[in-house]
Amino acid sequence: MRSALFSGPPVAAIIFLLLLISPPFLSSFLLTLLTQALIYAILAMSLDIILGYTGLASLGHAAYFGLGAYSVGILATRYGAGFWVVLPLGILLAVAVAAIFGLVALRATGVYFLMITLALGMVVWGLAHRWVTMTQGDNGISAIPRPELGLPLSLAHSIPFYYFALAGFLITFWILRVIVRSPFGQTLVGIRESESRMRTLGYHVWLHKYIGFVIAGGFGGFAGVLWACYNGFVSPVDLQLATSVEVLLMVALGGRGTLLGPALGAAIIVLLKNLVSVYTHRWLLILGVVYIGTIVYAPEGIVGAVRQWARRATPGPLRSET
Amino acid sequence: MKRRIIASLLAVVAVIAVGPSRGWAQKGPIKVGFLTQMTGGGAAVGRDMSNGFTMYIEEAGKQIAGRKVEVIIEDTQGDPAQALTKLRKLVESDNVHAVAGIFLANEGYALAPKVDEYRIPTVWAVVSADDLTQRKPVKWAVRTGWTSSQPNHPFGEYVAKTLGYKKVVTVAADYAFGWEQVGGFQRTFEEAGGQVIQKLWPPLGTTDFGPYLPQIKRDADAVFAVMVAAMALRFPKQYQDAGLKARLPLIGGGTTFDEFVLPSLGDEAIGSITPLIYSAAIDTPVNKRFVKEFRTKYGKVPGYYAEASYSAARWIAEGAKAVGGNVEDKDKFLAALRKVEVSDAPRGPIKLDAYGNPIQTIYVRKVEKKDGELWNTVIQTFPAVSQFWKYKPEDFLKQPVYDRNYPACKYC
Amino acid sequence: MEFWVTQTFNGISYGALLFLLAGGLSLIFGMMRIVNMTHGSYYLLGGYVALTVIWRTGSFVLAILVGALAIAIIGVGEWNAFLKRLSGQELGQVLTTMGFALIFQDLALIIWGGDPYTIPVPRVLSGAYQIGQLYFPVYRIFIIAVAAAVALILWLVLEQTRVGAMMRATVDDPEMARGVGINVHGISMVVFALGAFLAAVAGVVAGGFVGVYPGADFEILPYAFVVVIVGGMGSLKGALIGSLLVGLLDNFGKALFPELSYFTLFAPMAAILAVRPTGLYGRA
Repeated sequence: MRSALFSGPPVAAIIFLLLLISPPFLSSFLLTLLTQALIYAILAMSLDIILGYTGLASLGHAAYFGLGAYSVGILATRYGAGFWVVLPLGILLAVAVAAIFGLVALRATGVYFLMITLALGMVVWGLAHRWVTMTQGDNGISAIPRPELGLPLSLAHSIPFYYFALAGFLITFWILRVIVRSPFGQTLVGIRESESRMRTLGYHVWLHKYIGFVIAGGFGGFAGVLWACYNGFVSPVDLQLATSVEVLLMVALGGRGTLLGPALGAAIIVLLKNLVSVYTHRWLLILGVVYIGTIVYAPEGIVGAVRQWARRATPGPLRSET
Repeated sequence: MKRRIIASLLAVVAVIAVGPSRGWAQKGPIKVGFLTQMTGGGAAVGRDMSNGFTMYIEEAGKQIAGRKVEVIIEDTQGDPAQALTKLRKLVESDNVHAVAGIFLANEGYALAPKVDEYRIPTVWAVVSADDLTQRKPVKWAVRTGWTSSQPNHPFGEYVAKTLGYKKVVTVAADYAFGWEQVGGFQRTFEEAGGQVIQKLWPPLGTTDFGPYLPQIKRDADAVFAVMVAAMALRFPKQYQDAGLKARLPLIGGGTTFDEFVLPSLGDEAIGSITPLIYSAAIDTPVNKRFVKEFRTKYGKVPGYYAEASYSAARWIAEGAKAVGGNVEDKDKFLAALRKVEVSDAPRGPIKLDAYGNPIQTIYVRKVEKKDGELWNTVIQTFPAVSQFWKYKPEDFLKQPVYDRNYPACKYC
Repeated sequence: MEFWVTQTFNGISYGALLFLLAGGLSLIFGMMRIVNMTHGSYYLLGGYVALTVIWRTGSFVLAILVGALAIAIIGVGEWNAFLKRLSGQELGQVLTTMGFALIFQDLALIIWGGDPYTIPVPRVLSGAYQIGQLYFPVYRIFIIAVAAAVALILWLVLEQTRVGAMMRATVDDPEMARGVGINVHGISMVVFALGAFLAAVAGVVAGGFVGVYPGADFEILPYAFVVVIVGGMGSLKGALIGSLLVGLLDNFGKALFPELSYFTLFAPMAAILAVRPTGLYGRA
């Protein structure tokens, strides 16, 4: 007898169903926010790979988001490239940069890793700002067209684009879930628990961390591609330091190492930033309190806390889930 | 199991409930959305703008053309993506009849395609990015502010012919606004016989001008500085302390010494000459009343941010009046907005050109001390200046938008 | 020739400002390994509090003292109530301190409004000394003097006093220090207060130069981190050398390669970290 909420398929199925059928019933503002939440959820889940599963906190993750977004911006507006061209190229760019940055960043751990990723993130931000001939600098790149997929319903409308983003989210979730449940993913968790132990056991720790880092960068880029397509606009604000910190918050708030947790965290933060600022100008204050509250009251995040409670409430042999 | 189904159903109901119902009665209040930065670095500008806008609405008794007016102010947070989200909310959820505001160029460019897509009549209050009414015109928007290069076209001539400076060094914030301001100045200044002999570009937000001041060529006659907000706060003092003020008179773009920063500047600002679409010291009864009321209500002297937003509200009011209050007819309302002419705005007469940008008086101002306060005394006016100055629009538009390298620095 | 002299002087004065800001951060980092995103807020609030003090009393010296003390108290409060328990948890620290940074930013907006202000400095500190064709603004000399004084005092305390020895021991090895009977908790509190105090002093001193305005906190934060990382955490010498290096690099970078301004700063930082992850003078 399952007495807890987050104990598996039924809840996930209900959420999935809600996501699938609700759009026509929602106000368009709420639909907009939900679409944004889905895209940020992809970004948050990608960060969870290195933060939640490998235990590496990065302060520069927004860089990959930005790289994906700017690829679309530059290729679509300058060269008229279609979606099936910008998608792989955007992801490829993010992966390539993650591959290079990973070589530098993974020489360190803990606080130093945090600082190196901060610096690398700032380098990308600096480029977005100053390489004006490419990125239009501060002005940003505007008038990015919605993807033309030859579908009966044009993606220029909110509801079709919502389903498009939902598809992206589900594909990402499915792939990442497969990864974290695979032996590779389990090794990452092992590394998070104790690097030295894994090393003694004969695992190639650095290679695992590196691959995890690159995967995270790649999916971050994917989120960026979707973001540019959605907004039709990209600017250096999208990859500033505050954005990187916000993604960290999404993961922490939702519950790191749970994949769904960060997705939930993303939704909460997006809704918070947008809905709260409608009712009060003091949304920064509230956001700040949320940051602090999360660490004080729910260090394992919402999903983490719920699972802990569920585990305690379930009698009988313990079930372990990732 | 039952509990979970009920919970899910409740969730669905709650979600539906949040959305507003559609199809209310036609003649409710006129709803106007005002978008600006209310938090973060540009919060003070946003506040000036929203104060200016609401002051007009309140003076009009919150009524336009016989209908009540409802203003919904939304915070863009200085983030173009947020600006887009808020625009969506204003148009799709709040069903506003018009949108006004915006001062950052990147927000303007982000919103432009969406404005046309929504077919929502929009009034750019302050944002001055040249191309929004030039090479990338927005069909559904008009401007009640200015283009960045607009005041500097006449100023370039003024500096060459009246002030008699031959060689000028420009120091401008390194982003589109700075480029467009320098571009406008350089073009007419050099056509009138002057020479821009050096162009320096401190990045936006520079705190320490140490790297740039020593580079200024000593054989110049004057320095043309384009500074914004906090940069404008620091530059004059550092300029003076580096020993430059004594030798090289400081002229510049209007925002370098506008009413926004003057209260925080000291004697180092006195004597600086700049052009802008407005000065709080304009000596007309209309402006004097405007300044007095704004000062009483909000405790500070209004700058052009406030005046442009005040005039934006006026514009919407006049446009609504012209269509007899029937702002639901979007096409007619937009057409009316484009035809509005105001002869007694605090800044003087304004009317729009074919591209939706104001043709207005440009004021050349000099910073002077009056009763212990710094004011921008008007020393020269250029009436009815358009964004194209004396050039034909078609010729003007053939050339690229002013940027870092256009016009090229021939005498550098 | 003029160019190089003036630029070097300007670079040094900027480095001096950075030292005030980052010196305390380096100690906090080194001792408690706390990633403090609120450090920029200390800088900002120090400036704002000083502004109010000067408006009320007209005394620049009082403004510095009150501003710095007030922020030190706030900083210790933050540490005591929240950060203490988060040792070793970088994520928790980043998010908690970020939360405080946002709260402080909004509070500053509520209390002081969003207009930019400059802190009025005493006449004696304005103007410039002229040597031939060169101008040396007095205020820049003042900043260098303050930073030098602070560096000297810190060095004396750290190297020549018992308390300093205890601090150095705690930075090197908190476990060992506790084992030897040092009140690690007390020392940590003092160091944290000191870091906040210095950041606030930097805010006031900078306030007379670049002004006090919303956004200053997040503008200056990356620079503080760069200095600490380049110089190495926990090392006073590293902080000094790091800030001079960053000040000069930033200055010359902007003067000689203006297109690449942010790049000239963060790329070398990343490069140094790539080679020496603990910074030039840091310890692992």
